[in-house]
Amino acid sequence: MTPATGRTLRKILAQYQKELLGDWLQTQLAASTLRPDLMRENELREQSRELLALLQSAAQNGNLEQTDGPEWAGIREFLARLSRSRAQQGFSSAETATFVFSLKQPLFTRLRTEFAQDAQGLADEMWIANNVLDRLGLYTTEMYLKGREEVIQRQQREMMELSTPVVQLWENILALPLIGTLDSERTQVVMESLLQKIVDTGASIAIIDITGVPTVDTLVAQHLLKTVAAARLMGADCIISGIRPQIAQTIVHLGVNLSDVTTKASLADAFSIALKRTQAKLPPQMGTTS
Amino acid sequence: MAVVHRSVLPIRSQEDIVRVRQATRESAVAQGFSLVDQTKIVTAASELARNTLDYGGGGEVEITRLSDPPRRGVRLVFTDKGPGIADVGQALADGFTSGRGLGLGLGGARRLSNEFSIESRVGEGTQVTIARWR
Repeated sequence: MTPATGRTLRKILAQYQKELLGDWLQTQLAASTLRPDLMRENELREQSRELLALLQSAAQNGNLEQTDGPEWAGIREFLARLSRSRAQQGFSSAETATFVFSLKQPLFTRLRTEFAQDAQGLADEMWIANNVLDRLGLYTTEMYLKGREEVIQRQQREMMELSTPVVQLWENILALPLIGTLDSERTQVVMESLLQKIVDTGASIAIIDITGVPTVDTLVAQHLLKTVAAARLMGADCIISGIRPQIAQTIVHLGVNLSDVTTKASLADAFSIALKRTQAKLPPQMGTTS
Repeated sequence: MAVVHRSVLPIRSQEDIVRVRQATRESAVAQGFSLVDQTKIVTAASELARNTLDYGGGGEVEITRLSDPPRRGVRLVFTDKGPGIADVGQALADGFTSGRGLGLGLGGARRLSNEFSIESRVGEGTQVTIARWR
């Protein structure tokens, strides 16, 4: 790579900024990928102007081969912001990257005029310009995906907290309604929150309701048994409720031994047993019939 | 016996096990399985998928919906290229585990299925095939 390369590109970016912007906007507004439903023309004009200005200053000062250098920090920051706002506006990642890629056409046209007779020089400069815009376009995609991943992670954390509420049903009686898949990380949270609540309330009975757990396999059973054992060590008995017929049959076939644990078909049955065991005093109108 | 539908899913992570369960349930529902039969094959799929991940180091499952009038069924083939099982008889015995589980998964999966076969070569991998019919 001779030191001369990139010079014309820099010159074009500096000299013809206004013309480039005009051409670029024209191509963008005429393109089939334009989304007037998601974004107004003013905003597109402003973003195009800013990107071009940032590209110009980065190209003047920085190395065109390394867009991760400090001179490119400004444009990278701008692109990250752009990806985020476009994602929120409802653009796809491809549409966001196309915004950067679409600068190629007006830029290449300029280069062609500049190098009217020099095919070798034109090829060299175009290669450099192409690489720079490719890297910047891919950067928007990377940022777009990163934004998505952050959303997913946040939702996972929210779900983890949502899914493990320990509620006090009565004096000395806790209930833990489990919902969804019991993978090991969540089960850890479940165990901890139940044991903590037993300490906090001094409850003597905890009802673990698995009505909302679609599949009870040996791993789920093992987690349940461990939770029951840990609660027992802290002086609380556990009742597992919500054992539906199909779950009962499956547990039998699996050969899991739940005989040491009190189990009930419904939360209501479990609650009724728990009230009897704790000899809870009920208001007269709420007395159980049995 | 005709193949109605066939799909292959990777088993590389915990999330994949959830997907295998969902796909198995979907197939069982499509084949008109009762709730009990659905739960049985989904649970068996869950056990075997976890074995594939934990002991086989990951692999894949092929889920096939079968039609053999008047019967309809779902067949699952779990394949891994893991260390293999030296003593299949021992692995099938209840209470045996080389890991930290209850040691009921493989035997349980066999009891939950109508058809069960296992092929394993030490150093080459393991293939477990189960099927359930309605």
